[in-house]
Amino acid sequence: MAETGFSCPQTREQVINMYFLEHRAKLLDVAAFLDRLDRARPTASNVDFREAALNEAVRILVDGQPQRAKRILALLSDSTTEIPQSAHGMKGASGAVRVNSGGAS
Amino acid sequence: MKYIDPHVHMVSRTTDDYQRMALAGCIAITEPAFWAGFDRSSAQGFFDYYRQLTEYEPRRAALFGIQHFTWLCINPKEADDPGFAREVIALIPDFLKCDNVLGIGEIGLNKNTKNEKIILEEQIALAEKHNQLILVHTPHLEDKRKGTRLIMDALSASQIDPGRILIDHVEEHTVAEVLDRGFWAGMTLYPDTKMTPQRATDVIEMYGSERIWMNSAGDWGCSDPLAVPKARIEMSRRGHQMSLIDKVTLDNPRTFLSQSEKFVLKAE
Repeated sequence: MAETGFSCPQTREQVINMYFLEHRAKLLDVAAFLDRLDRARPTASNVDFREAALNEAVRILVDGQPQRAKRILALLSDSTTEIPQSAHGMKGASGAVRVNSGGAS
Repeated sequence: MKYIDPHVHMVSRTTDDYQRMALAGCIAITEPAFWAGFDRSSAQGFFDYYRQLTEYEPRRAALFGIQHFTWLCINPKEADDPGFAREVIALIPDFLKCDNVLGIGEIGLNKNTKNEKIILEEQIALAEKHNQLILVHTPHLEDKRKGTRLIMDALSASQIDPGRILIDHVEEHTVAEVLDRGFWAGMTLYPDTKMTPQRATDVIEMYGSERIWMNSAGDWGCSDPLAVPKARIEMSRRGHQMSLIDKVTLDNPRTFLSQSEKFVLKAE
């Protein structure tokens, strides 16, 4: 199952006209979130794995390659193969994995 | 305009929502059994829930001309205790005879554990024994891709035709594998953890409109029971043909669900 080229019925100009302001606002939300992090006192010496994952995801946004959403979701996915016996004591989903745990593959 | 919302948890919604959905063109819904936001303390709690799904909700939906169908199971979040889960599963066969029960669902995995997988396999076997359709829940967030693959492997180990199984909550990183393996795919339009109408429309553009549907999965969380008509508007304003919009929000759900002889639309 592969992507098809030029499958959006709109021209690039039409897509920009329709969605630019919405995504300008979303981009500013991300920028303000990163600024907020900078203004917040650290509680640990290490960067939180979710913050590190977000920084990696931002690189995908601007790398000029296709399938950005799919690649970001893959980056944020658990790539381990172990299956624990029980969920007892496990925390809820956090939305990211430690980048060095294999999630980026 | 008519549409079907094939995955919405109306036990968590108000009667006003039924009215708003009817005004937006909803003619039928299907409601999978799911986690209530807290763990039930006994199998009897599920017995009452199944009665709600098979007796009360169809009447409430009918007040607004909406047909109500349902799916029964123990959901994966409460399936991590196999002994308890088996008590609940034992209740299901009697309810499968009810007029609005289409199959087993939403079964799947939550934290991708061995215990959850054991109960998933036993519920797949239940569906196979009773020749039922299956609706699958896939885990959220970082657990989704791994869980989806584990679930598909468990389903493929059965003799059930993948064309009788819909795997829900797909996103950009799971949709292709689901379709490639012959299953149906569901996209859930949910504000925080799943898809937006814009992204769902992107997926249709990238992966096509065969064996795929959209649903709101409206429930007790921040969700929108009008998400499907909003996705129709999103597709329309992008310039997609009405035939394509109808296909993914009406025709495809009808095609999949009509594999159960109980799914007959009165509005047609």
